[in-house]
Amino acid sequence: MAGSSVGSPSGVGEFGPGGAAAGYRPGATLPFGAEFRRQASRRRTQLALGFMVLLPLIILVAFQFDSGDDDGGGGGEFASLADLATSGGLNFTLFSILVSASFLLVVVVALFCGDTVASEASWGSLRYLLAVPVPRARLLTVKLLVALAYSGLALLLLAGTALLAGTLRYGWSPLTSQVAAELTPTEGLVRLLAVLGYLAVVLLVVAGLAFLLSVVTDAALGAVGGAVLLWILSSILDQITALGVLRDFLPTHYSSAWLGLLSTPMQTDDVVRGAISAVSYATLFWGLAFWRFTRKDVTS
Amino acid sequence: MKSPLSAARVRRALPTGRRAVAASVVVVLLAAVVGWAVWPDRPDFRTESTMLTVRSGPAGDEPVDLDTTFYLPEGASADRKVPAVLLAHGFGGTKDSVRADAEDLVGQGYAVLTWTARGFGRSGGQIHLDSPDYEVRDAQRLLDWLAARPDVRTDAAGDPRVGVVGGSYGGGLALLLAAQDPRVDAIVPMITWNDLSRAFLPESTGKPATEGVFKKGWAGIFFGGGGSAGSGPAGLSGNTAAAQPEGAPASAGAPSPQPGDGPGSRSPRAPGAAADPSCGRFAADVCAAYLRIATTGRADQAAVDLLRRSSPAGVLDRIKAPALLVQGEADTLFPLTEADANARGIAAGGTPVGVAWFTGGHDGGTGPTSDSDRVKYLTVQWLDHYVKGTGAAPGDDFTFSRIAGFDALDRGLVATGYRTADYPGVTGDARREVPVTGPAQPVANPPNGNPAAISAIPFAGSLGSLLDGVAGDVPGQHARFESTPLAEAVDVVGAPTVTVRAASATGEAVLFAKLYDVDPAGAATLPDGLVAPIRLTGLPATIDAAQPVRVTLPAIVRRVEAGHRLRVVLATADQAYTTPAAPAVYTVAVDGAVSLPTVTASPIPTTATVWRWVLVGLLAAILVGLVGLVAVVRRRHRRQDDSVHPEYAGIPLAVRDLRKEYADGFVAVSRVDFEVHPGQVMGLLGPNGAGKTTTLRVLMGLTQPTAGEIYVFGHRLVPGSPVLSRIGALVEGPGFLPHLSGLDNLKAYWRATGRPWADAHFDEALEIAGLGDSVHRRTKNYSHGMRQRLAIAQAMLGLPELLVLDEPTDGLDPPQIAEMRRVLQRYATDGRAVLVSSHLLAEVEQTCTHAVVVNKGRIVASGPVEEIVGESPSTLFEVTDQAAAREVLGRLDAVQVLTADDAGGLVVDTNGTARSEVVAELVRAGIGVDRVVPRRRLEDAFLALVGENSRGSGDR
Repeated sequence: MAGSSVGSPSGVGEFGPGGAAAGYRPGATLPFGAEFRRQASRRRTQLALGFMVLLPLIILVAFQFDSGDDDGGGGGEFASLADLATSGGLNFTLFSILVSASFLLVVVVALFCGDTVASEASWGSLRYLLAVPVPRARLLTVKLLVALAYSGLALLLLAGTALLAGTLRYGWSPLTSQVAAELTPTEGLVRLLAVLGYLAVVLLVVAGLAFLLSVVTDAALGAVGGAVLLWILSSILDQITALGVLRDFLPTHYSSAWLGLLSTPMQTDDVVRGAISAVSYATLFWGLAFWRFTRKDVTS
Repeated sequence: MKSPLSAARVRRALPTGRRAVAASVVVVLLAAVVGWAVWPDRPDFRTESTMLTVRSGPAGDEPVDLDTTFYLPEGASADRKVPAVLLAHGFGGTKDSVRADAEDLVGQGYAVLTWTARGFGRSGGQIHLDSPDYEVRDAQRLLDWLAARPDVRTDAAGDPRVGVVGGSYGGGLALLLAAQDPRVDAIVPMITWNDLSRAFLPESTGKPATEGVFKKGWAGIFFGGGGSAGSGPAGLSGNTAAAQPEGAPASAGAPSPQPGDGPGSRSPRAPGAAADPSCGRFAADVCAAYLRIATTGRADQAAVDLLRRSSPAGVLDRIKAPALLVQGEADTLFPLTEADANARGIAAGGTPVGVAWFTGGHDGGTGPTSDSDRVKYLTVQWLDHYVKGTGAAPGDDFTFSRIAGFDALDRGLVATGYRTADYPGVTGDARREVPVTGPAQPVANPPNGNPAAISAIPFAGSLGSLLDGVAGDVPGQHARFESTPLAEAVDVVGAPTVTVRAASATGEAVLFAKLYDVDPAGAATLPDGLVAPIRLTGLPATIDAAQPVRVTLPAIVRRVEAGHRLRVVLATADQAYTTPAAPAVYTVAVDGAVSLPTVTASPIPTTATVWRWVLVGLLAAILVGLVGLVAVVRRRHRRQDDSVHPEYAGIPLAVRDLRKEYADGFVAVSRVDFEVHPGQVMGLLGPNGAGKTTTLRVLMGLTQPTAGEIYVFGHRLVPGSPVLSRIGALVEGPGFLPHLSGLDNLKAYWRATGRPWADAHFDEALEIAGLGDSVHRRTKNYSHGMRQRLAIAQAMLGLPELLVLDEPTDGLDPPQIAEMRRVLQRYATDGRAVLVSSHLLAEVEQTCTHAVVVNKGRIVASGPVEEIVGESPSTLFEVTDQAAAREVLGRLDAVQVLTADDAGGLVVDTNGTARSEVVAELVRAGIGVDRVVPRRRLEDAFLALVGENSRGSGDR
């Protein structure tokens, strides 16, 4: 620091509305790209996305060890997805989605959405962003959009890698399952995209919950873990049929409705109800997150 | 410090009032919802179980005890009469097998009478198979009984307002009763027969039952238990019970066709148990007919006549009660053609008829929920209009459903309902011809029908339709004729037909025609396991001479997808039927095309359509809400106070009466009031916990003040104020992204401001940080001091006009501190100002031009440092003899001893007396003076706050 000097100050120049510094516009603060780069530089982002690429390859290698005396297991007609996984690229992709939908994707989405605000709070950088000042609602909006973008990217990376690797290994064959007529590859691809779309909608609940917790707590681990724990709790409660009609209100109740998109014709009833449930919960959670964050004292 | 149990702490530990209320409300609401959902429905009806003795038989004089239960809705009385429903159970069941259906109907406001038919359960008598003289007459006596009830509505004396509902055996009774007794106002027969002889001895080329092929599988199930008293087909009963759990009735009043106890299992109390072990509780004539048929596989005319007496076929023209006929698609016992025959026969007499097909049946059980809901709805609609007299006429819509696949959530089947205005029958309203080809093939008839193809397993349950072709056809015993892949999907609704030719050395042949749906992978599906048995006679020995015969295949509802092929199979043996015992070889051929009936129908809108609109509405609402919210925020933003307070326009910072009280009641800042003018380096001095950091937090817009205002260049400062962009800050230590280098952190920060790159002045900032090459290392590896310097550099990015630094020298070494002083003093030029908070007196004294001393949330001193620091009348004397010195000083005018400490120090207010004079006086008195230290006001003030003890004096 020795010998440092402050250059001649530019003096009091032009000011924006509200007495803002020259060049400052509330709507230009924390641009999407800046936040995207902030998150991209983080190791957890790189690891999570990397794993999305790696998982299908691991599954692919695992299938090479198949001894051939697989006897099904008997999880109903949908268990055939596992048996048919090696019948083609589309089926392999479907299998990869099946095995990751119930937990892995939940963790990944919770990671992206739960960590984003809480980690800034724990590093202490949140208060400097707010002092820029990035308007609080804008900070949350950008952070949420970036987190959702990364969640979507993870989903696409998983499906894309699985499709590419599966097609290279098993070929471009029709989508087969025991619940539907064989679907041509084009039709199968459309179904696959529909499945991904529905999964993305269902995962909005996790995104909403994790984001709310991220705003409420300063501990990133608490937000991510809390969202995953609540998701698991909801899944467990959904297994208890004694709860009757209450189960319909659990956020996880319709989480596997995407399987219905594979049948012929597509069963969209539960998908629609699942979408209503997911969108309602996500809106509620995000609404609470914004309501809380725009009012709270940032003390971290 | 207060005790750990101070009121504030207790208050902090407990939820605050508002939160407690909100939390309680949520808990109570949740409990209410759970309670409402889990609370068992309280029955709103009462039941009476009685053993009624009725007289029936050909002469109406044979008494028989019937076990009955009467369900009466709450509130029904002689003044408020209710319509009644006679609810009959299926073969082998009892009144208890229809309890759920009865409860559903009583919930709809009907008095429901259920009874155990004669020959079953605790009822007496023998099984006469819905004979008009016995079972039907029993039911007539029950109508009498209903008419005599004071609480049941009547049309005339002895004529109750009554509907008859039943499935299978009960459905047959409903039809026969309606034909025999005009008092019946409406009937809903389900999955039942038209002609019992045809049902058990079907023939698909139109031959009479005497030529029929015996359906031994089903017949055996009904009669099988008769031979072994006491042990019914328990295994079967168990299976069916699992497939059709209680509480999931097929429909309101669609008594599930349960084999139940079977005719063989009877209560020991049941009167009239037959002694004949081969007949069980069957009436002798019925038993004899069965034994004859089962032995030969052929029915004689007497047996056919007996079965036809128990059939509605001959009496349909006498039915005047509007009939809703519900038939199952997955039913190898009473296929759709039975209901079709009933519908045509009843409609011919001008009686209103409704027809509904659902995906269950004797094989398929209750079908999917959507199907049982539809049947339930139709039943109630029918009864409401024709019995209760409410609701619009149901119309003559024909509804049917098709299995659409598996339900992804509960793993059951899903069916889609369709509807069309007119009942087209099993021939459809249009036909598609699909050519099938194949050479004439020889097929072998196995001796005694073994081995045989297994097409369907009776009572396979709701998954029965999926057993399609499980066992397939036996090689050598069947011939295949296949079509090319279909160019487009065909929705088959009705009975396809096909023309076959056969040749046999014996001149006779029994064949089973089946229509398979073959997918591109080669997997063949036999829809619902239905087969068409045919008995051909007078056949030539060679196929060339054979005459074509039209075969009507079983009526199905199925979508054959595009790319699938149709396969017609002619097989010689089937597990479910009796075939000729002698081995033989036939030659078979199929001519031309399979003719597929189709029906133009539209899907029945379900609640799913509603949900779809709900989803659209929800999304629209969210969108509108979002747009509205953004508009409101924008408007508020535009309306925000842009005005400049004239009094503070040129002042970088003016804090007015600031107060901050936390939610737990702790007052961090009670009243702080100061200004920072251009060119000043203002020091905010106070012990730890004095409220410095809270003040700075409010100043940065991180915290909302409880009261008071802050003006920055005259602009009122609230969280997020744009004017914050003219403040650079270091508050509560540095905050960096640990995985980025120092330089990248600065760049990331500046990117977040969205301001032009050139305005940042990175070079100057980096020079101030003085990190050298370390600026390229990750900040998580930085020392405390390095981070602190980087944070100061970050605060100076963009050269803000007000620099706010919280404990800036924390972690710096002495040369760096000295340099920092120079930097800050140089910074506060050209209209800029610096606010430094510190708990170190020396730091403020050496760095700042002005100072504000705060303690316990209040300002205790303020002004230019020189002024505060300037000469003070108090002086510290350290003397050898404190007591003597006190005495000497006491003698001096105006001089006053303020305090004394243990180390011989005396703080003295000289009050204008020169210090040299005081020293001289002390020395003259022989007192040694070790040190004379002039006291300054800042120190006085600070020490007064801190007091003499070293612990955090700011703690409150």
